[in-house]
Amino acid sequence: MYAFTYHRPDTARKAVNTATKAEDVKFLAGGMTLLPTMKQRLAAPAGLIDLSRCDDMRGIELKGRNVVIGAMTRHFDVANSELVREKIPALAELAGMIGDPAVRHRGTIGGSVANNDPAADYPSAVLALGATIITNKRKIAADDYFKGLFETALEEGELITKISFPIPAKAAYEKFRNPASRYAIVGVFVAKKGRDVRVAVTGAGSNGVFRAAKFEAALTANFRPKGLDGLTFSADGLNTDMHADAEYRAHLITVMTRRAVQKAISR
Amino acid sequence: MPKVSMTVNGQPVSANVDPRTLLVQFLRENLSLTGTHVGCDTSQCGCCVVHVNGEALKSCTALAISLEGAQVTTIEGLAQDGKLHPMQEAFRENHGLQCGFCTPGMIMTAVDMVRRSGGDLDEKTIRHELEGNICRCTGYHNIVKAIAAGAAAMAPAAE
Repeated sequence: MYAFTYHRPDTARKAVNTATKAEDVKFLAGGMTLLPTMKQRLAAPAGLIDLSRCDDMRGIELKGRNVVIGAMTRHFDVANSELVREKIPALAELAGMIGDPAVRHRGTIGGSVANNDPAADYPSAVLALGATIITNKRKIAADDYFKGLFETALEEGELITKISFPIPAKAAYEKFRNPASRYAIVGVFVAKKGRDVRVAVTGAGSNGVFRAAKFEAALTANFRPKGLDGLTFSADGLNTDMHADAEYRAHLITVMTRRAVQKAISR
Repeated sequence: MPKVSMTVNGQPVSANVDPRTLLVQFLRENLSLTGTHVGCDTSQCGCCVVHVNGEALKSCTALAISLEGAQVTTIEGLAQDGKLHPMQEAFRENHGLQCGFCTPGMIMTAVDMVRRSGGDLDEKTIRHELEGNICRCTGYHNIVKAIAAGAAAMAPAAE
């Protein structure tokens, strides 16, 4: 790891101020991705702004028909939150499937969503639930937020402070994971709210998380695994790597979507 | 270099560190607590697991300076008054190791597991909870047995 200057503000506002003043800095949330990336010298920021003392960025609350989660809330806390387990159990289950217990004690929702790893779990929940990303300067709809591999709508120095999740009628997440890294080879988050059905796929797309429009249309007509009978997913634009080729991932998308729908309707 | 202070195994410690110093480096190189191991150095293998403020953490993926004021427990801090911790004793009794390299992390993870899930752990739970710890010798069988026994032995002491 290359040397960097270290900043430890205690509020989100101070963190943003520091970012505005300093050159080439990165926000450090849980560090579960950023620190390994820096160790491999794939990232070498001149400065790190450690958000671990920004208590105003932590916590989970019910606001109207939304569950609002502070960006520095850890996977462990989301997985074990009574509120999340009651209102959006699929989101709590997803958080409990990230990495391993030690990683969940440190990794955060804001860090994951800001990083937008193409195989991360949270982006699928954000997209399928139609969440809103709240930053220090604006609100960004999930559909406008994810821009490709590790790319988001966030501007330089812009900080996610909270993420607001509308409570769905039914939702579930199913993931086929890499047994070593725990990352999704294919993860599918299915959510139904009123007539609206959204299906978001992570781990599979060569351009990051995406919505499966064809499946959404079929499930809007019939929200049961049967509703997907006869449908297949095209391998175009899917990843091929040492873990799985594009055809295999395409098949997994149909399987994971069916499983997720089954899980969602049997709650 | 900035100064970092924390409590390690009950002892207050502080040192001036380069900000890029990882917690595991701080423990091993500054404090000579070499029981915490570095296996993969990519937060997958779990050899470096320690407890920070009571929770398991991979010390190869945390900056020491970020843990200013923290309470840290390493494998060296488990035994009390020359007597092995019940989980350490269970690993010895059940031969839950071969080369021993992963053992400190296994034991710290196991103690954290009992803290969160209690002393009555079935095999499925133990195997699932070990998802962040890799052993390349044993095939896990005796590790799982050791954790079940250690958890049961810890139970009377658990809150």
